[in-house]
Amino acid sequence: MERVKVAILGSGNIGTDLMYKVRRSEVLELTWVAGIVPESEGLRLARELGYRTTYRGIEELLEHGEDFEIVFDATTARAHYRHAEMLAEAGKIAIDLTPAAVGPHVVPLVNLSEHLDKENVNLVTCGGQATVPIVAAIRGVAEVEYAEIVSTVASRSAGPGTRQNIDEFTQTTARALETIGGAERGKAIIILNPAEPPILMRNTVYAVVRDGDQEAIAQAVVGMVKRVQEYVPGYRLKAEPIFDEEKVTVLLEVEGAGDYLPPYAGNLDIMTAAAVRVGEEFARHILEKRAAMRVVSARG
Amino acid sequence: MGRRVQITDTTLRDGDHAMAHQFTVEQVREIARGLDEAGVPVIEVSHGDGLGGASLQYGRSRVPEEELIAAAAEEIRRGKLAVLLLPGIGTRRELKQAVGLGAKVARIATHCTEADISEQHIKMAKDLGLDVHAFLMMAHMVGPEKLVEQALLMESYGADCVYVVDSAGAMTEPEVRARVRALRQALRPETEVGFHAHNNLALAVSNSVAAIEEGATRVDGSACGLGAGAGNAMTEVLVAVLEKLGIETGIDLFKIMDVAEEKVRPIMRHEPKIDRASLTIGYAGVYSTFLLHAYRAAERFRVDAREILIELGRRQVVGGQEDMIVDVAVELSRRKAEDLHRASEVMW
Repeated sequence: MERVKVAILGSGNIGTDLMYKVRRSEVLELTWVAGIVPESEGLRLARELGYRTTYRGIEELLEHGEDFEIVFDATTARAHYRHAEMLAEAGKIAIDLTPAAVGPHVVPLVNLSEHLDKENVNLVTCGGQATVPIVAAIRGVAEVEYAEIVSTVASRSAGPGTRQNIDEFTQTTARALETIGGAERGKAIIILNPAEPPILMRNTVYAVVRDGDQEAIAQAVVGMVKRVQEYVPGYRLKAEPIFDEEKVTVLLEVEGAGDYLPPYAGNLDIMTAAAVRVGEEFARHILEKRAAMRVVSARG
Repeated sequence: MGRRVQITDTTLRDGDHAMAHQFTVEQVREIARGLDEAGVPVIEVSHGDGLGGASLQYGRSRVPEEELIAAAAEEIRRGKLAVLLLPGIGTRRELKQAVGLGAKVARIATHCTEADISEQHIKMAKDLGLDVHAFLMMAHMVGPEKLVEQALLMESYGADCVYVVDSAGAMTEPEVRARVRALRQALRPETEVGFHAHNNLALAVSNSVAAIEEGATRVDGSACGLGAGAGNAMTEVLVAVLEKLGIETGIDLFKIMDVAEEKVRPIMRHEPKIDRASLTIGYAGVYSTFLLHAYRAAERFRVDAREILIELGRRQVVGGQEDMIVDVAVELSRRKAEDLHRASEVMW
């Protein structure tokens, strides 16, 4: 099968986990991994797997622009503001895993198809990746007056980016429940739990619905969980959806695939898994356009 | 021993849990006025889980908290109005709004190992000119060394006072002494140390006194002990005991007794008491706020509230994880059904 070439910017935990996932993709072909720390473990592993690497960041990466069409950015929000401009100028598609949100927020299965012609898209927070699909599924069969989510993650899996910007996390996630999930009002709460051994990421979705049929809502939720499992195998329901009058409660757990990050860090795994899924959708879109072009030129 | 201690009364914040978030504007006005007239120097008003806590996870408020805060602000003349904020639940936006309504003290609370999520909030509160109490919740879960490390972070962000918070009412006196003493030794002299008690093991007042003996200069109470779990240290009892010990609080004993007896007791929906569930909370070391949620889940899923609480303690669940109560209750009830099923197979 024809594949689209991609590069990864950032050789930390996220970039490295992403590398293992892109490696399994049938539509993405990883060529380059760029970091800024020469001795980073991520770059060493990338070299061992046969990818080209640089520790001179985006500058050197862009000197090899012919080697990729899509770039995953797993650096930091601050770095991405700079990268976004450079990538756009070079005509590359940027899939941004940082909180920079230069491009629109995307959640695979929910709103990605609207954004496949954008040059830059942003993966909304881990809490959003885990819960927006559920809210959207309920929204498909009922009016959602209010959606509230609680994400609990292991302390060890919450990096300084999340810790120092916790308000932005809750606000961004709450907005995503509204604008992407389709709830009239959204609220998000995040809890860090330091238990040892570390807990798996868990999420609770509460939705207050109008004109909803319990059977239809339960089916929609179960169906959506199965679809998310296609790219996040460790995403699962802890119990059947619980109904209390107009309130629906959905308990979810996310176990990571353990590619590079430990399995408890489901919050990070769902980000890298969603990013790969986004990359694959972009790649298919590119390949379809290309095939259509070939048909047109063959006819011409 | 210090000659003067500042009491923060949290009837209108921790008490919000025991009231299942049903406080009315009138009740808040009456109580705030009474506390202020009794000479309580700091009066805390917020949703039980802090600003922005009104939610399906913790309970929706009957009256939006900003209305309750504004009402209290109008009644408080001598004392200062305090609000609570838990980063991850509330945000700086709500804090700023509360300051606009008259809050003068910010209490910024994190789990005892997660102080670094409070940096933005403590700094903003200082920039707004507030007196900042930093709260290290569930402080029984870590030893004095770890607690000191976290307290130093909060001090570095600008906290005026760091509280050892016994959210689970789980600490015995030696545990309280060790933690307060460690903080007192490690923090700068101008940074005060505080203690917040829950009465699940019937130690709220005596632990508060022990904390003061170790150098704490701020402690929390609530009228009639109205608060989560078996409630807090009773403000009126604290005032009486401290007065006998020769420690000034600036609070008039008879007047605070009257507030408790006349304003608070008549409106209590749930009288905080040491029953089997709240005692289990102290024994297992889980968040006192879980009490009413555990009762509800126990009834809904037909399991013993104590079994739920013990299991939550075993899983090292922290404050704010109320959704785990339902999670555990569902699991216990499923397990019970399976046991029954197995038993019935054996029978027939």
